[in-house]
Order: sequence, then C-alpha cells, then structure tokens
Amino acid sequence: MMTQRSTKSYGHCVVDAVGKVYGATEDEAEIVLKDCTFDVPAGSLTVLLGPSGCGKSTLVNLIAGYDKPTLGRITLDGAPVSAPGVDRIVVFQETALFPWMTLLDNVAYGPIQTGRPRREAEQEASELLRAVGLAGFQDRYPSQISGGMQRRAEVARALITRPKLMLMDEPFRGLDHMSRGLMQEYYLKLFDEHRTTTLFVTSEIDEAIFLADRLVILSYKPTVVQTVIDVPLPRPRNFQMLTSSTYGQIKDQALGLLYDEALKAFDPGKAAA
Amino acid sequence: MRTQPLDPMALGGSDADDRSDSPRRYADEREKALLDAHQRAAGSETGRVRQMLVGSNLRYTALGFVAFVIVWYILTDLLTLPRFNFLPSPVAVFTQWTSTDPQYGISVFTPIYYEHILVSIRRVLLAFGIAVAAGVPLGILLGWNRTFYNLVFPIVELLRPIPPLAWVPFAVLILPGVESSVVFVTLLAAFFATVLNTLLGVWSISDDYFRAAHCLGYRRIDVLMRVIVPGAMPYVFTGLQIAMGVSWFSLVGGEMIAGRSGLGFLIFDAYMQVALPNIVIGMITLGLLGYLSSAGIRRVGAWLMAWQEKGRSA
Ligand SMILES: Nc1ncnc2c1ncn2[C@@H]1O[C@H](COP(=O)(O)OP(=O)(O)OP(=O)(O)O)[C@@H](O)[C@H]1O
Ligand SMILES: [Mg+2]
Repeated sequence: MMTQRSTKSYGHCVVDAVGKVYGATEDEAEIVLKDCTFDVPAGSLTVLLGPSGCGKSTLVNLIAGYDKPTLGRITLDGAPVSAPGVDRIVVFQETALFPWMTLLDNVAYGPIQTGRPRREAEQEASELLRAVGLAGFQDRYPSQISGGMQRRAEVARALITRPKLMLMDEPFRGLDHMSRGLMQEYYLKLFDEHRTTTLFVTSEIDEAIFLADRLVILSYKPTVVQTVIDVPLPRPRNFQMLTSSTYGQIKDQALGLLYDEALKAFDPGKAAA
Repeated sequence: MRTQPLDPMALGGSDADDRSDSPRRYADEREKALLDAHQRAAGSETGRVRQMLVGSNLRYTALGFVAFVIVWYILTDLLTLPRFNFLPSPVAVFTQWTSTDPQYGISVFTPIYYEHILVSIRRVLLAFGIAVAAGVPLGILLGWNRTFYNLVFPIVELLRPIPPLAWVPFAVLILPGVESSVVFVTLLAAFFATVLNTLLGVWSISDDYFRAAHCLGYRRIDVLMRVIVPGAMPYVFTGLQIAMGVSWFSLVGGEMIAGRSGLGFLIFDAYMQVALPNIVIGMITLGLLGYLSSAGIRRVGAWLMAWQEKGRSA
C-alpha cells in the first residue's frame, strides 16, 4: 500500500460475499448483512464506517469467530475463520478489562498464560501502559481510573498478545471530544510503531479518515459495502491534515454516501432503494 | 488546531515555567495541606473510630437502644401486663448479668457462661468452615459445568427447603456423638446458602469477560481461577453473610434438642429450670455474636474485593 515503513506481512483478512441473517423463525428472519466483500491488507489500518445499527459489530463477531456467516466466507492469511482464536483479538465496544485485576495484571496476564516469562511480560506490559499514557497507574484497578484511561489500557492489553489481526469495535465511543482526540493520537502512535493489521470500526467520519489507510463504507440494512476508499495521507498523521484538500475531498465523498444511508435508518420505507 | 500531540503527562508542570517563585510555593504548600487533610480525615484508623463514635449516626442508634429498653421496662416493670410478668425486666436481667454471685448461676463473672459461649462459637465456626469449604467449590462447579449442573442441581434444590431441624433425628442416630450431629445440623442451611449464592455469582459474570479471556489465550484453568472465582466473589460474600446468620439459627435449634452445652442449651435449660433472666442473657449474647460474625465477614469481603471500591487511591 501507500507506506514504505516496515509493515507486517501477516494478518491479511478477506471477507468474501458475506451475508448474515438473524432470527430463529421464518417470520423473525432479518437480513442484516446482504453482501459484504472487502479485505484488510496485511499491516494496514482499515476502517469500517457505517451508520449505527448497520451490522458493524455483527461483522466483527463473524471475523472474530464468535458467530458464523449465513453465506460467504472469511479467511485470515488464506485460512478459513471458523472459531475464535488467539490470532485475532477484539477490543470491544464496552470495556472488558477484568475489574478484579490491576491494570498491570490485566495487560500482563494474557502473555504469561501463553507461556512468556512473568518478568518479561510485566516489563512489556509496563512499557505499553506507559506508551498509552498510563505510567504510574499500573497498580490501580479499572474502577479507579477514568473511562478513557480504561480504553487505553484495553488497547495495551490487546497489543501485547501480538495478534495477527486486531478488531477494534468503536473503542472510543462515548468519550468526550477532547479525550477522543487524545486517544486517536495515542493509538496512532502505537499503530505506527507496531503496524499490527487492524480493522477499526467507527461511525465517526473524522475519526475514520484520520486513522485509516483504507475506508470501507457500509450501507444501511440490508447491508452491502458501498465503496472502498484509499486514504493517501502520509504517516505519521497530525491534526493539521484534517484541513488538507485530500482530506476534504474524501470527507465529501464519504459524507454524501453516509448521509443517504443515515436517512434510510430513520425512514425504513426507503430502505428498498 | 493543535500542532503538537498533546501529552497529558507533560501538562502537570514543565521546566520552562516562567511564573515567579511564590505562586509555585503556594501550589506546593496547597498540595501538601490537601494530602495532610486527606490523611487525617480518612487514612488513619483512629480518625475513623472517632468519627464513628461522635458521628450523629451513632447518636440515633443509641437513642433507638434507649427507647427499646424503656419500652421493655414499661412493659415488664411498670405495667405488669397479665402474661408479661414472665418476661424479666431489663433491670433484673442487668443485675443478674453483672452480678458476682448470680442467683441463677450465670453472669459475666461465672466461667460457665464463657464455656457455653466458646462451645457455641466453636460449633458455628466448624460448621461454617465446612459449609464454605464444600459449598463454594460445589457452587463454582455447578456454574462452570453444564452436565454437572444437570446432574446435581435438582437434588440440591429438593434438599434445600427441608428445615435443618428435620435432620436432627437421623443426625443423632447416624453420626457419632452429640458434637458431630449438632455441627451437622448447623452447617446444612449455611451450606445451601453458600452453594446457591456462589452459583448465582458465576452466572452473574458478563459474557464479555469470557470472550476477553478467550481472546487473550487464557486456558480453561485460568478462566476458572482468574475470571470465574474473582467474578463470583461479590455474590459469594453475600452468601457467606447469609450462611453465617443461618448457622446461628440452626445451631440454637440443634443445641436445644441435642446439645448438652452451648448457648442454645443454656436457653433451653433456663426454661426448664424457670431461670428466666438467663434466657434473656442467652438471647442477647446470641444477638451480639451473630452481629459480630457478620460484621467480620463484611470486613474480610471488603478487603478481598478492594477492586470494587471506587476512588480508593492505590
Ligand atoms: N444476536 C442477534 N440476534 C438478532 N439480531 C441481532 C443480533 N445481533 C445483532 N442483531 C441485529 O443486527 C443489527 C446490527 O447490529 P450490530 O450490533 O451489528 O450493529 P452496529 O452497526 O454495530 O451498531 P452500533 O453502531 O449501534 O454498534 C441490529 O439491527 C440488530 O437488530
Ligand atoms: Mg456495534
């Protein structure tokens, strides 16, 4: 892709003609995903952008292996995805830090379990916590830090497992504007450093463009992939790029598409279009 | 528009601070004063005790007690209601309780009083200990393994409503000695309370935590020890408090029927001998012991689950 940096050569995820229907009976059947095809190139930060309720979390669950697609297939580095595995990690919409562990234990305990020496794991956990601005908080419990700090700790906990593919489901949702901006910067710094292949879900257009190498824009239910847009802004990114003309063009294009779809979400009668 | 990445770590105070020296010293002193005040208010144990003793909460509690004793006094000493003359007045109980030469043989100065107390405490602790040691693992296992649940839980549910005292005859016939049958009867209700609450505790754990554990590569045994056990802990401790309460209930029943010592026996014996003040002494002592043991469990729980508390600085 656009970057010359040393990128990860693994984590290439292909979502091929995936469809998902929910509902136990014929009457209840609801087509959520109609036909979704896109890929997440190895070492890229691909952003999934779509209106609320269009099935973004559904897609994340399918890729994570928590649920199976009704039709179509998903592969990770060529191997079909059928069950959850440690090669993929999800940072959930809701915080899932273990409230009974300190931040350090939360981050370090995964790798310790998978056989890394405790000292080495704790060392790396410390460094990661520092990198997300949580130095000095590592002995706190999640209930003793703010929501934004919890989100950052969770990103650290995911990164330390060195997954092939990181799935981030609106990790910064619910944070105020200022913390959200901070989170994005911390996160981008980490991404630039680790280059872990990532699928990042959001419904915020500025966040999407600021972070993305590639934008996958979804329609409203029954959901299809509307467009895939490459974002040729250089890395490392900074907020000044938000005023560049490239940014403006991409935003215009994406907004046009999203606006129509968001309208459908409020007026299901037009959904047939 | 920001030109540099914001670093909150750097916001605290940078070296390029050109303010004059005195506001800075003021800020330092202010911080020190705040920390001191914080320590004085909450940090020290003595502070907390004093707060408890002089706090208005305690004043109302004392008021409640005084009112209670006055009503008791009026009912027994002043009004001499027809059937209430059996109930000893607070004055009679107090004199008996604190007498060096008690008319009915029980007071804070007689060793036999403490022997009864110790026997009862030992039985409750033994019963409670067995109930918890067996009940918590069973509850966790029930919540962890579906097959085991289907196999065992219906039986637990059928046995649970049987009042502990209904077990007394068989306990006495089957188990060796008085002691083991009293302990057995005491632990039954506690055991069921512990099992049930532990099971509910496991069920209360959000699926997100299991998913996260799975993602992070936790093995099954780690899920058990690092997710299920701590996650169920709040419910377990609710269960333990209930268990401690019902232990005292069943103990007294058991001691009345099968015991030859202990506070339940003391009460029953006093009834047989018409040593009525001793009954009240036994009841008050039971109340106090029950309260203290529950408070103890709450303390241990709060200590073990510090992670639940909000705003406690590490
Ligand atoms: N387990 C389920 N059973 C039935 N329907 C479901 C299930 N999960 C999701 N859905 C349906 O799928 C649709 C998409 O849900 P999903 O959570 O994937 O949306 P989303 O794009 O992540 O929304 P949001 O932005 O609000 O998080 C919803 O309308 C919901 O009704
Ligand atoms: Mg969602």
